[in-house]
This record gives sequence, structure tokens and C-alpha cells, in this order.
Amino acid sequence: MIGRILATAGTEFRIALRNRWVAIAVVLMALFSLVLSAAGSAPTGGLGVDRLSVTVASLTSLAVYLVPLVALLMSFDAVAGEVERGTLPLLLTYPVARVEILLGKLLAHLAVLTIAVAVGYGLAAAAALWVDPDSASGLPSLLRLGWTSILLGATFLGAGYALSSLARRPSGAAGLAMGLWLGAVVLYDLGLLAAVVADNGGWFTTDLFPFALLANPADAFRLFNLAASEATAAAAGVAGAANSIPLWQSAASVLLWPLLALVLATAAFRKVTP
Amino acid sequence: MMTSTLKISSLTKTFAGVPALDAVSLTVQPGQRAALLGHNGAGKSTLMKIVLGLIPFDSGTVDVCGAAPGSAAARAQVAYLPENAAFHPALTGQEQIAHYLSLRGESPKQALRLLERVGLHEAARRRIGTYSKGMRQRVGLAQALIGKPRLLVLDEPTSGLDPVSRRDFYALLDGLAAEGAAILLSSHALTEVEARTDRILILSRGRMVATGTLGDLRRTADLPVTMHVTPVNGYASEIERALPGAIRVGADLRLTCGQDEKLAVLGRITGLGAKVADIEVTPPSLEDIYSHFSQRDGQ
Repeated sequence: MIGRILATAGTEFRIALRNRWVAIAVVLMALFSLVLSAAGSAPTGGLGVDRLSVTVASLTSLAVYLVPLVALLMSFDAVAGEVERGTLPLLLTYPVARVEILLGKLLAHLAVLTIAVAVGYGLAAAAALWVDPDSASGLPSLLRLGWTSILLGATFLGAGYALSSLARRPSGAAGLAMGLWLGAVVLYDLGLLAAVVADNGGWFTTDLFPFALLANPADAFRLFNLAASEATAAAAGVAGAANSIPLWQSAASVLLWPLLALVLATAAFRKVTP
Repeated sequence: MMTSTLKISSLTKTFAGVPALDAVSLTVQPGQRAALLGHNGAGKSTLMKIVLGLIPFDSGTVDVCGAAPGSAAARAQVAYLPENAAFHPALTGQEQIAHYLSLRGESPKQALRLLERVGLHEAARRRIGTYSKGMRQRVGLAQALIGKPRLLVLDEPTSGLDPVSRRDFYALLDGLAAEGAAILLSSHALTEVEARTDRILILSRGRMVATGTLGDLRRTADLPVTMHVTPVNGYASEIERALPGAIRVGADLRLTCGQDEKLAVLGRITGLGAKVADIEVTPPSLEDIYSHFSQRDGQ
């Protein structure tokens, strides 16, 4: 089983290299990280925290948008592309389980994401350390941001495979993936914000709102990183309003979502008849 | 005891109420090369996909190497060549075959040797995106040779191959069959499979309309034999009178007769002695036999 997963992962990684996905993901993450560390240099003095912690707070807001986007871009083609190329029927006659195929693809795409995140965050850390030697105290929060970013990526990779299986055509899968990104990362928060404003401190804000935040992997990721970070003071808006949520709850959401997404993806892939 | 590698009985499959396979039964023994013939839509691909476990069926039984179709045990022993073999264009032939080798638990180092067996070693390090259709078909064939499959399911394997490659392909199959592999291949035309298969199965509109060797089919079809008689100059009219049913074709005469009358008619022609310059006997062609069976049902 491990051999088949690793073989699939190796082939998929090679395809990602040749399709320039590795290059695109790395350049995207590096570029945005550098822009953020340059832009985030202004308010440091006033907050009394080290430079890197401030960078981490900005990187968290960046990762919430960028990591799901890169993950969905890499994954929407995973099953639908095989269907369109006509490679799926042959693959499914091999003694390989569908979950093994998905795990192999997941491993390869996670490797690409890990490289991109390491390069991007590494550059940001290097820039912060260069300007402010005290930044070393922010390294633990950067590491935390690193592994949670990869878990966030795993969640959206799994979601991408599920959508790819449901759509069965790359064009349809791309549309669904962009819809999910817009819904989960952008519109969800706007909707919650509108509801909180309309509710004016009532039952929704006190009881339902924290759960609504935990239910969304992107919000849980932001909550976990900002709550655990020294730079909570730098955060505002939705995250600031949810300080009451215990750390273990957002951590559990960050850890459980990748598994749930993989289960959903496997269930959807099993329904695909070549 | 000889056990069948593939055993199908009363297999029925309908797509949205339209029958695709209707009570189809067949067996393929180890070392046997069986050719599945039929028009487009006759049910060949459906039958193959059911054997491979890619699609479910409604009723009947299918036994693949002693296991259920599509089960891990069956998939480990069955190789498949799809009709239009497709692969990821970004991979080289060698990488693609190495990947398939790993999935079957074989060493990926055998990839070059397999590609050599199908005459593709020179292009092994080029991306499949640059391959021609015939080359992709060879990659497909190479992956079907991985391991020692007990059953090979080949969907129109010779489409896209030139005559020389086709002969090489059948030579490869002969070797596999000699080692005990059972082979089920499909084709549009009887002419393509003629002498290279042991058993012919003709599907028409989801029904098995004929099974047997080419000789069996020839006898069952009982199609008329055509004779072409060339008279010596000036004797044409006399011969025409001696052979009732003969038709003038230019200076020559053509007549058809049933298989059982063949010797009698030949005797009558030789009885004409020196008046006949030449005679040519044409048995029913493979195309004729195939159309006889595949069009019998209401066409």
C-alpha cells in the first residue's frame, strides 16, 4: 500500500514540476511574503513586539487567502483531468485502491505546498531577522503558522479532489473550486460580519458565532494562529471579536478538517464510474 | 482439471432501460485467444468494462480468475488495454511504464525492457505528448505485459497499428498465450483476427449470436460458394447451357452453389473437358461470414 502511494506521489510530483505548478506556487508565496514584510515594517515600534511576530500576523491574513487558492488550483484537475484525458479507466483496473490514488496525489501536492510555504515564510523571516535581531522570539509563531498553513492546504486539496470527482469535467471542477474559495474564504466572513452587526450583541453573537467560526477551516486557522500568537493585539475585526474561543477548539478544527476533507474526497471519488 | 480463466453466464446489463447485454455467456480457457467481434454499440466495450469491474451489471455471474470482477484479487491478475490508450502527456514513456510497474509491485527498472519488447525503446525518454497514436498504443501494450497477467482484456488493440506492427502484436500474443495467459480481444472486423485467434465470439445488439472457431462459423453460416469459369474461345454459350444458374460476366461465367453441392458442380464443370480454360473457386469471405451473423437480427 505504501509503495503504491509513494509511486503515485512521485509521478504526481514530477507532473507538478513539469506543469510549472511548483514554480508558480513558490513564486506566488515568495512574492506575497516579501511584499507583506516590506509593508508591515511601519507600525512595529508602536506595538512593542518584535518584527517577526508582526510579520506572522500579516502572513496569517495572507495565508488564509493564498494557501486555499493554491491548493484548489492544484487539485481541481486531479480526478476530472484523468476522466477527460481518458486515463482513469486504465488506472482503475490496476490493483490500487482509490483512496491510495488520492493519498498519493495529496502527498505530492502537499510537498509542492510545503516547498512554497517554506520558501515564502523563510524569506519573510530572513527579512525580519535582518532588520530586527530580536525577531528570533517570533520564530515559534512562524513555525506554528507553517504547519497550520500546510494543514489548511490539505483541507482545501481534499475539498478540491471532492469537487473534481463531483464535476467530472475540468471546466466544471474549476468553477466549483473558485466558488468554494470565494464562499469559504471571502463571503463566509462577510456574511458572519453582517449577521453580527444586525444581531447587535444578541444570541447569534454570543452562542452561534464562535461555532460558525470554528466550522470554517479558514477561520479556525486564523483564530488559532492569532490567538496563539504574541501579536494578538495587532489583529482586528472577526478574529478580535472571537478571543473567547479556547485555543484547543480552534486547534481541533485545524487538525480535523484535513481528515474530513479526505473522507469527503474519497467518498466522492468512489462514486465516479469511468 | 482445466478451469476457465474467465467465465460469464447469463450476463445482462441495461443502460436506462435499453439492453446493452442480453443473457451473454462465454468462457475463455488458459492459453486461449478469444476474439470478440461486433459493430459499434454491439456491447463489446460494455462486456469488457464489466469483466474489468469498471461498471456494475444487472444479473448473471462473472468469474474472473476465481474472483469477483474488479476485486483486488482479480485486478492483480488482469491486464487491460483500452481502445484509445491515453497517458499523461507530461510523462515520458519510460516514466509512465515505471509508474505502472510500481502499482503492480514490480521493479520500475523493467520499464526500458518492456518498451523494447514493443519496439519503443528509442522514444522511451521522450514525453508521451510527442507520441503518435500508434506509439501510444504500444505504450498501452507494454503496460499490459507487466507481470504475468492470467487474463488480458484488449479493446481493439490493432486499431491504429500498421500491418507490420499488427503482425508483431499477434506474435507477442502468441507468446503470452503459449505461457498460459487467456486473451480476450475485440475487433470490428473478422479479417483482422482471422487465423490469429482460437475462438470467435460475435456480439450483435447485446446478444451472443455465434461462437466457435472460424471453421465452425463457416459451416454454421453455410454461405454459398462462388465459382468463376473461363471458357475456351467460342464455347461460352455451350457451357452456359450445361451449367444452369450461371451468369455471364463479360466473356466469363459465374455461378454460386451451396456448400453441399460444391463437389457435384465441380464434377459437372470438369466433365466439360477441354471447353473450360480455367476455373476459380471462391469460398465465402470472412466479411460475408461476419455480416451473416452480425446482421441476422432484424437488420
